[in-house]
Amino acid sequence: MSEQAAAKPRRKLPVGGTNAGLSALLVALVILFGLMIGEKFFAPGVLRSMAFQMPELGILSLAMMITLLSGGLNLSIVSTANLCALTMAYVLSVTIPDATGFAWGAWQVVAVLAGFVVASLIGIVNGYVIAYLGVSPILATLGTMTMVKGLSVGLTHGNVISGFPEPIEFIANGTVFGIPFGLFVFAAVAIPVAVALRRTPFGNAVYLMGSNPEATRFSGVRTRRVTMKLYILSSLLAAVAALVMLSRFNSANASYGESYLLVTILAAVLGGTDPFGGFGKVGGLVLALIILQVISSAFNLLGFSQFLTIAIWGGLLIATSIFALWYRGHLRWGS
Amino acid sequence: MREGSSMREGPSIREGWARFRRSHEFWLLIVVVVLCVLLSVTTDSFLTLQNLFDLLTSNAFVGVLCAGLLVVIVAGGIDISFTATATVAQYVAMSVAVAYGGNWLSVFAIACGVGVLCGFVNAFVIYTFKIKSIIVTIATLNIFYGVLIFVTRGNYIYSLPDWFATGINWFAFERDEIPYSLNFQMLMLVAVFALTWFLLNRTNIGRQIYAMGGNPDAAQRLGFNLFRLHLIVYGYMGFVAGIASLVQAQLAQSVAPTVLVGKELDVLAAVVLGGASLLGGVGTVFGTILGLTLLAIMQNGLVLLGVSSYWSQFFVGLVILLSVSVTAVSMARSNRSRKARA
Amino acid sequence: MAAFLELRNISKIFGGVHALRQVDLAVEAGEVHCLVGENGSGKSTLIKIVSGVAAPERGGEIVIDGQSFERLTPGESTRLGIQVIYQDLSLFPNLTVAENIAVGAHLDGVRLVDWGRIRAKARAAMARIGVSLDLEAKVAGLSVATRQLVAICRAMAADARFVIMDEPTSSLTRHEVESLLSLVEDLRAKGISIMFVSHRLNEVREVAERVTVLRDGSKVGTFSAREIDDKKLAALMTGKSFSYTLSEIQPGKLPVALSVENLTRTGEYEDVSFEVHAGEILGITGLLGSGRTELALSLFGMTQPDSGKILIEGREVSFRSPRDAVDQGIAYVPEDRLTQGLVLDQPISANIVVTVLDKLAARFHLIDPRERRATVDKWVSDLSIKVSDPENPVKTLSGGNQQRVVLAKWMARQPRVLILDSPTVGVDISAKDGIYEIVKRLAADGIAVIMISDEIPEVLYHSHRILVMRAGRLSGEHIPFRSSEQDLMAAVNA
Repeated sequence: MSEQAAAKPRRKLPVGGTNAGLSALLVALVILFGLMIGEKFFAPGVLRSMAFQMPELGILSLAMMITLLSGGLNLSIVSTANLCALTMAYVLSVTIPDATGFAWGAWQVVAVLAGFVVASLIGIVNGYVIAYLGVSPILATLGTMTMVKGLSVGLTHGNVISGFPEPIEFIANGTVFGIPFGLFVFAAVAIPVAVALRRTPFGNAVYLMGSNPEATRFSGVRTRRVTMKLYILSSLLAAVAALVMLSRFNSANASYGESYLLVTILAAVLGGTDPFGGFGKVGGLVLALIILQVISSAFNLLGFSQFLTIAIWGGLLIATSIFALWYRGHLRWGS
Repeated sequence: MREGSSMREGPSIREGWARFRRSHEFWLLIVVVVLCVLLSVTTDSFLTLQNLFDLLTSNAFVGVLCAGLLVVIVAGGIDISFTATATVAQYVAMSVAVAYGGNWLSVFAIACGVGVLCGFVNAFVIYTFKIKSIIVTIATLNIFYGVLIFVTRGNYIYSLPDWFATGINWFAFERDEIPYSLNFQMLMLVAVFALTWFLLNRTNIGRQIYAMGGNPDAAQRLGFNLFRLHLIVYGYMGFVAGIASLVQAQLAQSVAPTVLVGKELDVLAAVVLGGASLLGGVGTVFGTILGLTLLAIMQNGLVLLGVSSYWSQFFVGLVILLSVSVTAVSMARSNRSRKARA
Repeated sequence: MAAFLELRNISKIFGGVHALRQVDLAVEAGEVHCLVGENGSGKSTLIKIVSGVAAPERGGEIVIDGQSFERLTPGESTRLGIQVIYQDLSLFPNLTVAENIAVGAHLDGVRLVDWGRIRAKARAAMARIGVSLDLEAKVAGLSVATRQLVAICRAMAADARFVIMDEPTSSLTRHEVESLLSLVEDLRAKGISIMFVSHRLNEVREVAERVTVLRDGSKVGTFSAREIDDKKLAALMTGKSFSYTLSEIQPGKLPVALSVENLTRTGEYEDVSFEVHAGEILGITGLLGSGRTELALSLFGMTQPDSGKILIEGREVSFRSPRDAVDQGIAYVPEDRLTQGLVLDQPISANIVVTVLDKLAARFHLIDPRERRATVDKWVSDLSIKVSDPENPVKTLSGGNQQRVVLAKWMARQPRVLILDSPTVGVDISAKDGIYEIVKRLAADGIAVIMISDEIPEVLYHSHRILVMRAGRLSGEHIPFRSSEQDLMAAVNA
């Protein structure tokens, strides 16, 4: 191929859906459901309930997405979140009933910190096994997922720990200026993560590693250290999700939210993240989450079962994947 | 080639043994044997006929699915949707049997037929649009499962036909006042593993599956019909999911549409412990049986040793993590030493 | 001799571009024919048409053994005895030697596997070319040369009468190339035609009778292998004439940038000592497996030497990772650009700034987008990389421009020592000079350059001093003005 022909510009975004496409889809869905349901669909109560439901899935999806970007996967996010929530819940249940004044507040901070310490430890195990022992992420995190859940079940015998002080309850149930506080929590993690991915050396390295870890290492990037940091970050995000879940359910248990695991992958991929690494944006993920939530809320109003919702989510994932391929002109019918 | 008959003898037994000693299966076998010996010595109940029968019966559902997933993984793909496929197959087959009657043949035909159709859907989407199998099957898991629960409203089926509920009890005998027999679960477990072994090692299709998993580009250049292979591989997974669904329904004596989904990763864990590589092309039926056995007797053993059953999952996770770590480290080491020798 | 294969008036258009334009070509039965051309000259399209993977445009004719076809299907092509051995060999690493050789037995229909027949077929194929391999060994564990034998056996098992070998010598040692060539000689004696698709003419000249040159999809001509040499071939392939000139600039005696004392890594290289000055281009040449690349990997921190010292400007250093080496001012351009040099799917810009991410990070450890853009623009224009948009993936560039991106990313880091491993592999002849120009300019700016290559003219005409590496040891030093290509060739192969 001559130099000119080889260098001819191609469409950008080599992999994944586009934010413009997702926005268009979102607008189309809102119009469609608006027509089907009427004004009720735009009632403040509906919007509020959407906003209450989004943060926990959103934060877990972030935890999944950042590992997908690096070409990995973290199957242990939900079990990590549960163990963290149990840790926080345990500390709270032991200390809070007898505490007053300063101690009452301090113990809540300690409880949350304890959860984050547990998350870091799990992240270190994942990071070490993947980065230094060379185990494939799917297998390593399948192991930690089972082990961490086993730890939760072993310690609690599957029981629920419940009953928390007001500040903890506020996180997922309170509102500020009429906006659910959980949404602020989501924004408070999503924005820094987005900035870190686009603007820090760490984030840039994650994208490069996702496409080709060997060449990235040959460019002088400490890929193992980046991997380690990434899985710790993923675990810490799971701990934030734990805090939101703890608050929303007002309890903690070894097996809450397990159906979220595959949905987080679905949301990330729907949002344009390449499941094999290298491409994806937080903005796309947020759009995907809103789309999923809109469908879920609309179906709820229409009286459809939540199971029909997940079926539609699945259909949407395939449809957008096909659309993305077609848009990029990579669609080959057979071969 | 007539004159080739003198060449027909295969590799010598000594060479075969040397190769086996270097294999993943060999080490796994040692672990399993050691575990068995330890449990036999330390507990009274491990090495009993009753425990053996219980182990086989209770692990049949996961075991049957392992055989199907092995084929998909060897082919270089992955399937997450098989529990949803099994749920659909089970519900359709048993609903028909309850409403219109039927016999073993008809429930098998319906369950396996539904399973194969679901598998074909996966194969078609994966092959035609070239979307990664993990994405497609996560999507179809949600679609199959969601649509089924939507249509059935999640209702259970309790009163299964008598002939199905009774199951089969061949070679029944009694010892110490406990009745034993070759039941439906064991029969299917053995039959599906045998069938899978035969498919993978004794048919040209099985060898094509290995080849495609090892180097898909080369398979295409050599003129393999990759679409047909995809249909066979994912169709077989669906077929096996159909059988597994009957195994589970017969054991549970009911159809509960929400209990199967969620077991995907248990099955994946057993297959991967058995040495199958997610990169494709590598994995054996024997290894998968060992992986399944290891997980089964470990959970069983922990209970027999008096460890609270609440802790068994923790140890299972620990074993998975240790096993994949040791495998990765030893593989990296053998690559290095091979390079040094070359 | 009668022609086994004859192509008449073959054209192929891909997306409006002529990949092949009215090509005629004839290969005699029992002939060894060489097909050469730059990237994009139409070589691979020609292979596709002969193997039936692609159909030529109407008006062309393919004649095989007297039978005429408008196009071939893959099945017909195989049945007529045409076999392609691709550069990647297309073997199944997870299967045994026997199964790889007799894989054709698995094709078509549904049937049981007769393992005895598979082994017999594999033995018969091995017997035809007189080799003996362990039938039960997995291909994944074999050396490249052995794998190539397996691929040739597979062609034999398919009753090949015409074998196309795509770049068969590119990853073989000299000794292995010789065995391959003698094997080809045997095949020719059996009446099998061979087509080498290669640009290393000096290696195949001993066995090839004729050479066909393609350029931009058209045939330049078919020549007797004896009547052309590398220089003439380069001119035919590119349409330009080249004259290598010896490097005239002698570096002033600048200080030593890097020195190595008694460096050893068992099994890879032994007791290596040398020094390279700032502003000097030091060539290191040797055969594949001589330890040249292994040495470079240790200098870059990918592997750790067992003993010996590495000194940078007189200070002893030790590298636990490539990052340590980069921090000490060492840059490495790997031979395998596609998997180690570049992240092909990612933007050109990201590939250029990867080495300086930490330096671009300013306030709050964030990268300033304007600074990033400025860095990218500076190096794109400085190394005259032809890009329409630096946010396009690197893989959209030609080989020569890709290599410039690799150089750019290291220039951005301002290294003291630049190690180049086979810097012009996969770069078109016409683009090579551009790379050499850059390297010379960098040296003139005071960077110490180590240029590793197995192409003797490359080191001879573009370095100040040449070290020869053989079996893991440095075996001699040569000065370009006092040594000829023949001297060096002899030293390398000694």
